[in-house]
Amino acid sequence: MEGLIAYIDGIGWWSPGVPGWEQATRLLRGEDSNSSDSDAAAKPAANVLPSTERRRAPESVRLACEVAEQACAMAGREPSTLACVFASAHGDTATTDALCATLASAPLETSPTRFHNSVHNAPAGYWTIAAQCRAPSAAIAAGAGSFAAGLFEAAVEAHADAAPVLFAAYDIAAYGALSDVVGNSAPFATALVVSASRGPRTCASLHLRHETRASTPTAAPVRLATLAATNLIAAALPLFAALANAEQTTIRLRSGTQTMLAIEVRP
Amino acid sequence: MPSRIAPLVISAYTATSALGRGRSAHAEALRTSHGGLRPNDFTTVPLTCAIGRVDGLEEEGLPAEFASHDCRNNRLAWSGLAADGFLDTVRACIARHGADRVALLVGTSTASIEATERAYRELDGGHFPAYLRIPALHAPHSLGVFLEAALGTRGPCLTLATACSSSAKIFAQAERLLRLGLADAAVVAGVDSLCGSVLFGFNALGLVSPQACRPFDTARCGISIGEAAGFALLERDGDAAAPRLLGYGESSDAYHMSTPHPEGAGARLALADALARAGLAADAVDYINLHGTATVKNDEVEAAVVADLFGPSTRASSTKGHTGHTLGAAGILETVLTLLAMENDLVPATLNSTAPDPSCGPQLAFANESRAIRVALSNSFGFGGNNCTLALGRGAVH
Repeated sequence: MEGLIAYIDGIGWWSPGVPGWEQATRLLRGEDSNSSDSDAAAKPAANVLPSTERRRAPESVRLACEVAEQACAMAGREPSTLACVFASAHGDTATTDALCATLASAPLETSPTRFHNSVHNAPAGYWTIAAQCRAPSAAIAAGAGSFAAGLFEAAVEAHADAAPVLFAAYDIAAYGALSDVVGNSAPFATALVVSASRGPRTCASLHLRHETRASTPTAAPVRLATLAATNLIAAALPLFAALANAEQTTIRLRSGTQTMLAIEVRP
Repeated sequence: MPSRIAPLVISAYTATSALGRGRSAHAEALRTSHGGLRPNDFTTVPLTCAIGRVDGLEEEGLPAEFASHDCRNNRLAWSGLAADGFLDTVRACIARHGADRVALLVGTSTASIEATERAYRELDGGHFPAYLRIPALHAPHSLGVFLEAALGTRGPCLTLATACSSSAKIFAQAERLLRLGLADAAVVAGVDSLCGSVLFGFNALGLVSPQACRPFDTARCGISIGEAAGFALLERDGDAAAPRLLGYGESSDAYHMSTPHPEGAGARLALADALARAGLAADAVDYINLHGTATVKNDEVEAAVVADLFGPSTRASSTKGHTGHTLGAAGILETVLTLLAMENDLVPATLNSTAPDPSCGPQLAFANESRAIRVALSNSFGFGGNNCTLALGRGAVH
């Protein structure tokens, strides 16, 4: 068989006003998705983080940890047991903006906390510490293809070690002058627990194939086009729409500047 | 415990760092215990420290077709590709396997953030100057995009950025892709260049030594930051004389963002998994290239772990005194140095260090030792408690 099959055991979702997969399912089916929990809908709860960490963690960490925790809960998996892959196109642009502004004006006043929060694996670090997870953790980036490249990497790890893998993809809105070169206008994150074999919680299977031929990525449904345009990670919306609607379909997502990931979704 | 894996062939490898460009410059520096560190002449605001700087990058642009990728990090990458004919080797590999069967896995910590820093220094009415308004240049994947264009690979391509373990972990990713048949060859590349973020950031954490770093010395007081580009080509089959990737181990500390676990819990897991995948016991290891950053904590913890797990016949050293800590490039640079140590029957010195920390076992080599190395490990431990150990084997004919 060409490519590999990833079984989906858990899903996490956070976008402004849509704080979980249940609400996202309604949104993706075209139903009313208004959340009754206005706090959770305005800001990722990230309850996995101890309160002191939650206060000082950058926004990208809270966002990534929130969806990661949701996906583990749905999969019935203890977060400490799962290897994890975190994907983001731009990392924490708020931290990068503040760091670069200080470096331009008074480099000797650089904040140590801001510096350690600036590493691309900050969410993976905070997550593994909070979850007491000693399994391997990765942080990846692949521009507009970050979601698809990360999903492929998570599936590869799941097959290579025959163990489920937590995959989280997130990007926050662009901050400060970085807005000149970063297009994200709102935060968005999703997570999946990916297995190499079907389990009791499996809700769909994804047959993943790396493609190089020139094809067009699958567009989001028209009513979701606005949301899809707010964030590079939201390029994954067609996949989540298929999952929410239990559709059998093939989707193509950009996985890099030259490559595509073909995803055959089977409920 | 993970199962044993089939060794991968390391068909080609090269590095460029403060020690010079290419394998022979690095081998010569190891043989003569010649270090590449010098007083900081990189930052415009003075900062007293030593750095491992690659000379000449300021004068070397990129070819016109890659002009939109121009930044210090990609210049360093381009210069690294030229060493030892690596670019031609990859193009021949692509011709052999097909571009879509060659993966490109890139490790970096800060990618081209130096270009972003420059844009912030030159903000015009709060906006990036026009010549730096290039989105791909200000994203963590900038190195991957540039190398994919320069090399012409069309297999899976991504950037892995887990701070100082980045370019060790890409070897593990490559092994998985090849084992699962998702690629026939993988180019692994680690490139990190000097920038204000890391120099002033590590300084803010109180982790930068005012002089050249002294790994495992009682008087050590922090790291010296360096820059490097390292490349390797991995395949399932090849020349019997070529060295092998025997195993890898990856783990998380689950302890602290910028301090290692006090008992080295994550480091022990990474070491154990690397040995398990290689199908080897600890006493088979002839040499360990240590992470050995020269921070008080890293070296204390790492030395204790090595003293605990290995016998005195295993030799160990840190080459950070030669090159500085090249962060996201450290994993692959030190893999190349370890392969050169094997080729030259040489245990490299721990440069600048003379008085071993009390936590050091008999394994620590402070001066060059002549010795055959058949099996070696290379440790890379990063921020966020992100650990990776690689197991390497010498080629069959020597």
